[in-house]
Amino acid sequence: MADVAVQQHGVTAAYEASLFGTYSKKIGMWLFLLSDSLTFGALLYAYSYGRISTPNWPTPFHSESIRNATLMTAFLLTSSLTMVLAVRASVFGNSKAVRGWLLATMACGTAFVILHGHEWSNLIAEGLTLPVFPAVPGHEASKEFADVSKTVPQFPATFFGLTGMHMLHVTLGVVYLGIIALRKKFIPILLGLWLVAWLATPSYSPFHYGAHVLLLAAIVCGVIVFLKPKVYDSSDVEVAGLYWHFVDLVWMFIFPLVYLMSTRIL
Amino acid sequence: MDAVQVAIAERVAEQHRHHGKAQFFYVWGALLVITGIEVYLGYQNMEPVRMLSILMGLSIIKAGLIIGYFMHLKFEVSRMKWLTMSALVFCLAMMCIFFPDAFRILHLGVR
Repeated sequence: MADVAVQQHGVTAAYEASLFGTYSKKIGMWLFLLSDSLTFGALLYAYSYGRISTPNWPTPFHSESIRNATLMTAFLLTSSLTMVLAVRASVFGNSKAVRGWLLATMACGTAFVILHGHEWSNLIAEGLTLPVFPAVPGHEASKEFADVSKTVPQFPATFFGLTGMHMLHVTLGVVYLGIIALRKKFIPILLGLWLVAWLATPSYSPFHYGAHVLLLAAIVCGVIVFLKPKVYDSSDVEVAGLYWHFVDLVWMFIFPLVYLMSTRIL
Repeated sequence: MDAVQVAIAERVAEQHRHHGKAQFFYVWGALLVITGIEVYLGYQNMEPVRMLSILMGLSIIKAGLIIGYFMHLKFEVSRMKWLTMSALVFCLAMMCIFFPDAFRILHLGVR
């Protein structure tokens, strides 16, 4: 591969080209994504192991859950389209379009998290729960779901573990895109979201404590943007896009494996 | 970024400028259609292993479209494509070593 010619301090020089013909940030993100795919791979394999080795594997997802999960999938796929359009706008230097597409991507990601949170809350209220989750007061668990939690405890354990890990990735992805799109201005918005998520969820909901992820993210992002303030360029948008597409990619395996393979056919 | 990184980033951005917007919409449409097929199959009373094979096959096609077009790997240098994907597939394939044990439990029954 030809060396890269650059001009620095008025002197043109030839440097050795990078191994993959691209810049370091992007290679770094690819390496992170490869390692993260092994994390999700292990969780998906654990789920599949349980699925194969348990003859009475439950099929608790009624058509309402499948409709909800299909809508969530559509939101994620659309967010990938808006993300790729943000990357395209950034290479053309259209910063207004970049911000618009990034905000659209964040909106789709937020819709995904809200729908998923709603799905979790319904399942927990109906009795599909983990021992660490507090009981929902004034709500009678259905026999079907309570039986699943007792007879096949590996189902709720792997379901909440796998989808919770993915939800965490989507939430952090929305924060990441918020910082790229709005920089310092996103920190107060993030703190506001944290307060709303914390105060608006009842104390027995797992999201009441899960909301503190947003506070932690606000602190970390605050340190980063105040210590190294910069205007994010097209390479930053592209690298953020790689992360976002990966989150979408993982869901393409979780959706059929967890939801469609456990559909209740009436 | 230093000057070398800036020069490389500019070259990568130049590659992106040559790709039309329409192809992303085609890929998005294809992904939605495949998702629709998956949901349809989810309601067919099929034998689990057969259903799993079909669904995983469709998911791999979707993953290929996302990695190739949205993540732009199709347009990267072949060295990057081969090294990243072969390493990933190898590591994930190694995890299959646990599956015979799952089938063994299924056939013997848990006591």
